[in-house]
Amino acid sequence: MPIRTEPMTINLGPQHPSTHGVFRLRVTFDGEEILEVEPIFGYLHRGTEKLAEERNYVQIVTLTDRLDYVSSMINNQAYCIGVEKLLGVEVPLRGQYLRTITAELQRIASHLMGIGFFMQDLGTLGTPLMYCFRTRERILDLFEMLCGARVTVSYMRPGGVFADAPEDFWPALARFMEDWETEFGEIEQLILENEIVLMRCRGVSPLPLETAINCSVSGPVLRASGLAWDWRKMDPYDAYDKVEFDVPTATNGDNYDRFWVRIQEIHQSARIIRQCVEQIEPGEVRLKLPLVLRAEPGAEAYGRVEASKGELAFYLVSDGGISPYRCKIRSPSQINLTVTEHLLVGWKLADMIVTLGSLDINMGEVDR
Amino acid sequence: MSCHLAEGNILHDTLMYRVVYDFVCPVLPAWLSYLVAGLAIMIILVNMVLLGAAVFVWAERRLLGRFHNRIGPNRWGPFGLLQPIADLIKLLTKEDLTPANADRITFFAVPIVMVMPVILVLAVVPFAKDTALANLNVGVLYILAVTSLTSVAIFMAGWSSNNRYAMFGAIRGVAVLISYEVPVVLCLLGVVMVAGSMSLSGIVAAQTVPFLLVQPLALFVFLAGTSAELNRTPFDVAEAESELVAGFHIEYSGVKFALIQTAEIGGVLTACAVTATLFLGGWSGPAASYLGWLWFGIKVAIIAFIFVWVRATFPRLRIDQLMALAWKFLLPLSMINLLATTLEVYFLRSDQGVLSTNDLWIMSGINLVVAVTSIALFGILIRDKVRPSKPTIPAGAVAPAALGEVS
Repeated sequence: MPIRTEPMTINLGPQHPSTHGVFRLRVTFDGEEILEVEPIFGYLHRGTEKLAEERNYVQIVTLTDRLDYVSSMINNQAYCIGVEKLLGVEVPLRGQYLRTITAELQRIASHLMGIGFFMQDLGTLGTPLMYCFRTRERILDLFEMLCGARVTVSYMRPGGVFADAPEDFWPALARFMEDWETEFGEIEQLILENEIVLMRCRGVSPLPLETAINCSVSGPVLRASGLAWDWRKMDPYDAYDKVEFDVPTATNGDNYDRFWVRIQEIHQSARIIRQCVEQIEPGEVRLKLPLVLRAEPGAEAYGRVEASKGELAFYLVSDGGISPYRCKIRSPSQINLTVTEHLLVGWKLADMIVTLGSLDINMGEVDR
Repeated sequence: MSCHLAEGNILHDTLMYRVVYDFVCPVLPAWLSYLVAGLAIMIILVNMVLLGAAVFVWAERRLLGRFHNRIGPNRWGPFGLLQPIADLIKLLTKEDLTPANADRITFFAVPIVMVMPVILVLAVVPFAKDTALANLNVGVLYILAVTSLTSVAIFMAGWSSNNRYAMFGAIRGVAVLISYEVPVVLCLLGVVMVAGSMSLSGIVAAQTVPFLLVQPLALFVFLAGTSAELNRTPFDVAEAESELVAGFHIEYSGVKFALIQTAEIGGVLTACAVTATLFLGGWSGPAASYLGWLWFGIKVAIIAFIFVWVRATFPRLRIDQLMALAWKFLLPLSMINLLATTLEVYFLRSDQGVLSTNDLWIMSGINLVVAVTSIALFGILIRDKVRPSKPTIPAGAVAPAALGEVS
C-alpha cells in the first residue's frame, strides 16, 4: 500500500535569504516536490512610473538608478536613449563610447553578482560570492572615478554622459582589464567544472525555447534556451555597431546553461571594452541641451537596450510639458519571472532556490 | 595518612580520575572522594567542550575569512580571540522566545538533548596516555550509540517548533542521519577488526602503523559520513541556509540557540577527536608519554582544518543525491573495505590472532590499491551520469529568422 502524504504549503519570503529581495512564493509541497507555486510580488513598489511624471527629464535619471540597483548604468542608458529618441537628437561619438564602456563594465558587475548569488543559492558558504565581489569592487572603484558614486551612479544624461572621464581613469581601466581575467579565472576554476555544481544544475528546470518566447523572456535566460536574441546586435545603439562580439547561446536552457551563458557574456563584455578603449577619440561627451527639456506634444518614443537581465525599455510619451506624460518601464526581471511556474513545478525545494537564482531577478526592477 | 585507588579498581587505569581521587582522598571519606573526583572530571570535560567550541568558532571564522578573501573577526582581543565570548554575550542577552503553540517541554529539552551526546562522546576519547575518563572496552560501540541520539534531538526540534521550515529540516536531518549511520558503522568495523579491540585506548595502542594508511577507504567513508551527520556543507541539507533559512533550529533564539550552536561546533571537535584517535594514532607520537596531548591536539587541528576547508569550498547536494551518495557510493565502498579487511586479517594474523607491524604494512599496501581503484571506479560510475556535454558559442549571432522556425 503506498503511503499517503499530505501536501504542505509554505510561504517562501518576503523575508527569506534566497529570494533576492522581498519576493514571496507560496509553494505547495508534496514531501520535497513542488506541486503548485504562486509568485507574489509588489513588496518593493515605490511608484517609479508615477514619480517620473512629476519630475523633469534630467531628474528622472536618478529614479532609474534605483530600478535594478546592481546595473544602474544600463538603466541610465536605456532611459537616456528613450529621451534622445523623443527629442530626436544624437549623442557625440565620445559620449557613445563612454556609455558603451561603462554599460559593459556594469554588465560584468551585474553578471558577477548573478553568478555569486547563484552559487550562494547552491549552498556554498560565500567563497565564490566573495571572489565575485572582489572583481565587482574594482569596477565600482572605476565608477567612483567617473562620477563619484559607486552603485546609484546617475552617470548618463540625455544627450551624453555627465562628464568626461578623468585622466587617471584610463590607466586604471587598463590595469583592471589586465587583472580581471586572472581574478575571474580563479572563480571559473572553482565553479565551472565543479562536480557538485554539475550534479545540481545539469538538466534541472529546463526552459524550452517555445515557452521562453511565448512568455516573452529575454536576456541570458532566453539565450540559454538557444535563441541568439540580443538588442546590441539586432538594433545596435551607442557604439555597439562599431565593435565585434559574439552572442553566446546554449541549447538546453537548464540552470547550468543560464549560469554558463552569463559567464561567457562576461568574456564578451571584456572584448567589447577592449575594442572601445582602442577606438575612442577625444571630443565632446555631451550635447548642449537646455537645462529643462521639452519634447513636442504627442511625441512618443521607445528606448530599449539589452540590459544585463534582458530587454530593458522605457516608453515615453510627451504632452509638451517639462516632464513625460507617461513613462512605462518594461523591466526584464519582471517578465522573466513569468516563467517561474513552468520552471518550478515538479522539481524539488532545493532546485527551486537554484532556479530562482539562475533567473537572476532583481526585485527593485520587478516591483518598480 | 595517604590513600590511593587500589590497583585492581576499574578506575585505576584512568590517570585524570586517579590524580583527583588521590588529591581529595586524605580529607574526605572514600564514597565522597569517588563523587568529588567524578564531578571534577565532569566539569573538566564539559568545559573542555565549551572552550574547545569557542576556540573552534574563532578558528573557523578566521579561516573562512581567509578563504573568502577577507580578514575575519579581528577586533576583540589579540587576533580577535575574544570574539566567541562577545558572540556568547550577545546571544545570552537576546530574548529567549518560544513560538506560540509550540510543544513547550520538548522545545525546551532540545538544546540539552543536543549537547549531551557531544560531551558524552568525549568521555571515552583518550587525550593523552591513560587520560580517558572511562576506558570502556566497548568504546566504539558507545560512540556510535551516543551520537545517534542527535537524530532524536533534531526531530524533537522540528516537531516542537510548530514551524514548517523546522519540520522540513527535521525530516531531512533524520533521513540523512539514519542513512549515513550505516556506512559509518560498517567502515568502523574494519578498524575494530584490525585493532582487535573496541576500546579507544586499545585502538591507539594497536596503531603501530596509523590506520590512515591501513584503512584509507574507511577514513574516506568515515569523514564523508561524519560531515553528513554533523550537518556540514556539502551535506548540510537539514540546515540549508539558502533553502530552509536555518532548518530545524529556525525558532531557537538566545541561550537555546547558543547551546545548539555549541552542540554543533562541539560535535565537529568531537568528530575530529574520534577521527584522530581511530585513524591518526591518537596521542601516539615522539615522546608520547609527555607530549601525547600535543600530538593529539595537532592531529585534531589538522582534521578540523580539513572540515573547514571542505565547508568553504563545496556547494550543497540535493537531498536525493545525498541519499544516493550514502546508499550507492559510500555503502558499497565500506562493504568493499570490510571484505578486504576481513580477508587480510584472516590470512595474515598469527596463531594467537595478533597482527604484527609487518602485517599492517602489507595490509596498508593492499588497502591503498583497493581504495584508489574502488573510489575511482565508483567515481566514474557516478560521473558518467552527470558529466555534461558543453554548449558552444556560435560564430556570430543567429538571425531573427530563427523565430519563425520555433513558433
